[in-house]
Amino acid sequence: MSVFAVDPLLAGEVGLEVLAVVLFKVLVVFVLLIVSVMLMIWAERKIISDMQNRIGPTRAGPWGILQTLADGLKLIFKEDLIPDNANRTVFKLAPLLTLVPAFLTFSIIPLGGDFTDKDGVISLFGNDTYLQLADPPIGLLLFLAMSSVAVYGIMLAGWSSGSKYPLLGSVRATSQMISYEAALGLTVAAVFLQSGSFSTHTIVSEQSVWQWNMWFTGFVPMAIFMIAATAELNRPPFDLVEAEQELVGGFHTEYSSIRFALFYLAEFMNTITISAIVVTIFLGGPNGPIFIDAVAWLWPILWFTVKLFALLFTFIWMRATLPRFRYDQLMDLGWKVLTPVALGWLLFLGARDVANDRGWNPVLVVGVAVTAFAVFGALLLRAVRMGKQVRELEEMRG
Amino acid sequence: MFIAAALIILSGAMGVIVARNPVHSALFLVQTLFGVAALFVLQEAHFLAAVQVIVYAGAIVILFLFVIMLLGVDKVEDLNVEPIAGQRPLAVVIGAAGIGLMLTVLVIATDVISGAHSSTGPLGESDIDEIAKSIFGDYVFAFQLTGVLLTIAVVGAVVLARRAATDPEPIPESAYDELVAAQIAARESTLTAEGGDGTAQDGEETTDDGEDSADDGEAET
Repeated sequence: MSVFAVDPLLAGEVGLEVLAVVLFKVLVVFVLLIVSVMLMIWAERKIISDMQNRIGPTRAGPWGILQTLADGLKLIFKEDLIPDNANRTVFKLAPLLTLVPAFLTFSIIPLGGDFTDKDGVISLFGNDTYLQLADPPIGLLLFLAMSSVAVYGIMLAGWSSGSKYPLLGSVRATSQMISYEAALGLTVAAVFLQSGSFSTHTIVSEQSVWQWNMWFTGFVPMAIFMIAATAELNRPPFDLVEAEQELVGGFHTEYSSIRFALFYLAEFMNTITISAIVVTIFLGGPNGPIFIDAVAWLWPILWFTVKLFALLFTFIWMRATLPRFRYDQLMDLGWKVLTPVALGWLLFLGARDVANDRGWNPVLVVGVAVTAFAVFGALLLRAVRMGKQVRELEEMRG
Repeated sequence: MFIAAALIILSGAMGVIVARNPVHSALFLVQTLFGVAALFVLQEAHFLAAVQVIVYAGAIVILFLFVIMLLGVDKVEDLNVEPIAGQRPLAVVIGAAGIGLMLTVLVIATDVISGAHSSTGPLGESDIDEIAKSIFGDYVFAFQLTGVLLTIAVVGAVVLARRAATDPEPIPESAYDELVAAQIAARESTLTAEGGDGTAQDGEETTDDGEDSADDGEAET
């Protein structure tokens, strides 16, 4: 019971029927993720082509919608090369290490269910359940844990290839992902503080009221989370990991055939999962107005899908618009801007909670917080500028 | 489930020692840490399990791997060289002593160790609440001291890594050798092929390099 937390499906006796429902949910989530990755890759290619005045894939299926399937089949039937210098076991392990976390994270996303009246419970073949595969008590910590496991896949892929460019790519990837995990974790902590729980289910039901925590998590933490997530995904403009001009193909240079396809799959799967997490923790998940009562079960799923598509489109849009960062700029942004701001916001939320508990004057608290922000921000800026000047001076001296 | 977790931990721990490649050792260490996380889940300490994975597997071993890769020590080591004299016999003695100690405890305390949970009562609302209460309530002073210690460590690292603005950093020996080699090569190329823009530029570079290395020589002597 405790491992599977509070899903009403698993609260009582776990019989064969319940097992069947769980298996059904597993299957649905699996197929959903695979199909949406397929569509995502196609959509990304189409939308980017559109933004760049090209046509994009047209041949396979209507509007080229089956292009990904064709590419996947082609990759499966290609020869699977393992370089002589490679560390064979680790080389084979690495793609799986990136793929599995991508699947696991998606299992904690609530996909539907009416949270305003029924607390997200739906009826599936006569069994009450949540429309999410698992609701563990650690909830979003699972996402953080999985994103740190995914680092291994990329790191080991680069190392085990036994070649220069993949190693450089993976070293870049690792330091980038570790750096941005700090900002990511701090914004997620802000969400925890606001909703008082790790569980994705509770976080979503906390947001089912009208203003869905928008003021406290909707702007600053969400913006930071989006930027940090883009870096965590190694998507443009943070794709230094596979900068073609510098590193051939980055960490997966030596990979071919199905193993390359697995990396590709995992990358897009992670994009979808992260977008789904943003929807869950910042945009209220499946919450939304329900208009036609006859198909009431459909609306939350629809809202979730619409929000997810909007975010995915934003990711594609960013890719088409922004040029790649330089490496020092990337690190500066992560450590000197995002992490301090996220930390400051977390402190502010904490101060607000304490003030509410003690009944302090809210205006005064906000005023003090803003002053503190300004003072420490100015100090930080000054320190950064001084450091830069010293560095430039040293470079001039040689 | 306990047996599965124990098997994961033990095989991982053996792997750390037996594996010849440092990267493989680090990976076995990750396996061990995951096993420990599974044990935490078994004890219904979900939060600790998650933190175990995030902090140990996600940060610390990643840093190990990072250092291994950057320093390029990911080669199989020659085991015939003993880095510290007398280390190996000492390791055998201390290891044997440790095992002996544990066995003694096991033998003496057979009636105490039964495999049952030492505290079977409910954990309160959740393990997160309990941990928060003890860290930020009972042991808040120790917690803050740890925080201060870590801050000092970070500041110290930054101070050590930072180059002093006043005195220029001495150039390492290898860079000096490379400069000399480049100088010789450049001089040879100017001697063999005289005239032409490219070689003229080479010549200029040679003089620059020469000055640099001369400075270095003075600084070192």
